Amino acid sequence: MPAPIIKVDAISKSFGAFKVLDGLSMQVMPGEKLALIGPSGSGKTTILRILMTLEKIDGGHIQVDGEQLYHMERNGQLLAADERHLARMRQKIGMVFQLFNLFPHKCVMDNVTLAPMLTKGVARAAAEKRAMELLDMVGLADKAKAMPAQLSGGQKQRVAIARALALSPKIMLFDEVTSALDPELVEEVLNVMRKLAAETDMTMLLVTHEMGFAHDFADRVLFFDRGRIVEEGKPDEIFRHPKQERTQSFLKKIIAAGHRV
Amino acid sequence: MTQWSGYLGLILQGALVTIELTLMGSVLALIMAFLAGMGRVSRFFILRAIATAYIEFFRGTSIFVQLFWAYFVLPFAGLSLTPLQAGVLALGLNVGAYAAEVVRGAILSVGREQYEACTALNLARWQGMRHVILPQALLVMLPTFGNNAIELLKATSVVSLISLADLTFQAQVVRSQTGSTLMPFLSVLIIYFALALIISWGVRTLERRMARGLDGVRV
Repeated sequence: MPAPIIKVDAISKSFGAFKVLDGLSMQVMPGEKLALIGPSGSGKTTILRILMTLEKIDGGHIQVDGEQLYHMERNGQLLAADERHLARMRQKIGMVFQLFNLFPHKCVMDNVTLAPMLTKGVARAAAEKRAMELLDMVGLADKAKAMPAQLSGGQKQRVAIARALALSPKIMLFDEVTSALDPELVEEVLNVMRKLAAETDMTMLLVTHEMGFAHDFADRVLFFDRGRIVEEGKPDEIFRHPKQERTQSFLKKIIAAGHRV
Repeated sequence: MTQWSGYLGLILQGALVTIELTLMGSVLALIMAFLAGMGRVSRFFILRAIATAYIEFFRGTSIFVQLFWAYFVLPFAGLSLTPLQAGVLALGLNVGAYAAEVVRGAILSVGREQYEACTALNLARWQGMRHVILPQALLVMLPTFGNNAIELLKATSVVSLISLADLTFQAQVVRSQTGSTLMPFLSVLIIYFALALIISWGVRTLERRMARGLDGVRV
């Protein structure tokens, strides 16, 4: 059995008096597609943000690809990671945000090529060639020269996916990537993610309220509540036969709100 | 009439000095504004402290006093400046302190999500600043920079106090030589106003050009 690519060990994190993560542990295998579901404030987005080093942890350890994320080993001692260590670890991870976070002053092409050119020293021609392949993959090859403000929400999100992919991360984090979209634009983004899952062996972690998509997409579903994983299992187990009472009542509410499972 | 045109020539010479002071002072002010403004948002305490001290000192003391120090006091420390150099130094440092707060405010006005995108794309802090944050902040700074430049233009008249022959100085010269008050003072009034209009217009044009494409309308 291969080693897990992500190993989260007893992570705790508070915002002021509010404990978002309470001794959370989890493991993700290479290539695994994971859906994180649960009520808001349950800590599912926070764990993605922690993996992307956007939030600091209060306690615990995280291993990514065999190395400590927030700690460095020096002469057998574990020290807090410095910026250089974090930068090296971030190369393994990419993230797509709920609100796209495109750079509004740069055209689509420059959005995608900026990071590879700056962080990996890729020459412009090579970066643009790769960007065109990625834009083609997300169905936006004709929008390379467009500014983000000229795009629809769904198009923006597909550019954001291409931008994250341009750095070839081993792990991709998707934080409610369709939550800010008009209903008719959701599907075009989900299609890109299906394609990604089918064509690559990237490890993908997905926080979502699209239960139907989570069911079809994920190898494993984690149900979060109050900073802990209450239940986990194959999509069928979680969605059809949830064991925990919390999971059942959450899914009932979601279905009542009109979501397909 | 030929006499008047001779005096007008004097005033225009003064206008050239004023323009020169404004341009050079603005360049220095811009440099100081970015150094101190970015210093204010630095991670390093010592940089924040130096930037804050500079800003508070130059905002908190009068530009007259600063000019007198540059021209009359610095020579005692072994640094003798020409009136023009002293003028540029005082004006640049003074206006730069105000503009530094503009730079700081504009940098902070860029949304947190842009910083987070930089982190997620693994840009180093200075790379994110240079390629993502500052280009967006610049657009926020521009209108206030226009104000600062006009303030600087008007403040250039203080250099007449260290006998630099700028617009205001020449007006005084013409007045004392001709005994006429209206003509020299009306001319300098119009010239200052025209210069300020040019600055406003230039900044607005720049702003329009930079905003192009940002909101999807002005393509």
